[in-house]
Amino acid sequence: MEMKAVVFCTGLMLLFAWLSPSQALYFHIGETEKKCFIEEIPDETMVIGRYRTQLWDKQAGSFLPSTPGLGMHVEIKDPDAKIILSRQYGSDGRFTFTSHTPGEHQICLHSNSSKMALFAGGKLRVHLDIQVGEHTNNYPEIAAKDKLTELQLRVRQLLDQVEQIQKEQNYQRYREERFRMTSESTNQRVLWWSIAQTIILIITGIWQMRHLKSFFEAKKLV
Amino acid sequence: MLAWFLLLCVQLMFSWICASELTFELPDNAKQCFYEDIIIGTKCTLEFQVVTGGHYDVDCRLEDPDGMVLYKEMKKQYDSFTFTASRNGTFKFCFSNEFSTFTHKTVYFDFQVGDDPPLFPNENRVTALTQMESACVSIHEALKSVIDYQTHFRLREAQGRSRAEDLNTRVAFWSIGEAFILLVVSISQVLLLRSFFSDKKTTTTRVGS
Repeated sequence: MEMKAVVFCTGLMLLFAWLSPSQALYFHIGETEKKCFIEEIPDETMVIGRYRTQLWDKQAGSFLPSTPGLGMHVEIKDPDAKIILSRQYGSDGRFTFTSHTPGEHQICLHSNSSKMALFAGGKLRVHLDIQVGEHTNNYPEIAAKDKLTELQLRVRQLLDQVEQIQKEQNYQRYREERFRMTSESTNQRVLWWSIAQTIILIITGIWQMRHLKSFFEAKKLV
Repeated sequence: MLAWFLLLCVQLMFSWICASELTFELPDNAKQCFYEDIIIGTKCTLEFQVVTGGHYDVDCRLEDPDGMVLYKEMKKQYDSFTFTASRNGTFKFCFSNEFSTFTHKTVYFDFQVGDDPPLFPNENRVTALTQMESACVSIHEALKSVIDYQTHFRLREAQGRSRAEDLNTRVAFWSIGEAFILLVVSISQVLLLRSFFSDKKTTTTRVGS
């Protein structure tokens, strides 16, 4: 009886463990389609992305559980549009990067597998999970490594969260400064261009009058 | 031993969590759908906000595995929708920008499924939490909501900032354009007037004689 319960539980556990990767959000992309996601993050923040791909099998009319040989190209750009990661991964991949400048980072995925050419009009199902900052920490691992009690681990989690909030506040200050500079630049531009346009208007008016006067005098009409 | 094992299994079953937060660009006349497999009885929340583009609005639609529409809103800027999964299966939610002709939108969404995973998945909790531990839990929840507010504030600020930068470039472009048009119009006015009087002189002399 006990053995049966143990076997049943193990089976259930394995079932959930297997289903776990497919538990993440998924979407469909076309063959050569590029899908980009934006992550606006402060500096020195770690980002971990995990994905899993499944190919549409026309004959079976469903998605294959896993397709070896299918590759995804991952490209990550920093806020200055400089490429910080550009690598080809397999059908299941995990990519990590740490931001060095605060701002909008772009994570782009596209498949460039030659196998896709065989499946004309093929659809690809991509399971994606992107974790940022404090969510990247694996607490059971940290507890085991540093031998922390439950209370210590909870406090560590709180410290990580507070650190993330602090970083975000710093980034907020940097953004507000940029916004203020943009507004002041607009203000300056509106002011100087209005003055310049008024001056141009007056000068062209004066020039027109003088030119026409001399023209009519020359034509002996005045 | 068995009790511990059973508890572990139960914990693994109920630690069915997923929190996906993504920001993506939705081109004009495009529709983007996301799918998630959810177990019956799980409480889920979908939150979305349009960050940049046009009138900052998007169509959103959430369907259950039977195709029944649970949530449908047209041209919404931001919203939050909580529901409990009524059956097992694949839930689908779509964002549509099909009503827009040339503006593409940046949409942020946060799809929370179930609760957070426990910190100690292997722990078997037989006693209640101590005061310290429950204080930690409530601080954790409060900090989570702080981070959530920060995210929404950041998105609003990004919206304002993109409008300000857009305004800045437009002011420069139109000011230079107007100054140029002003010069061109005034010079061509004078030239045109001159051409009237140059032709008229010949016609008047002809009429005279």
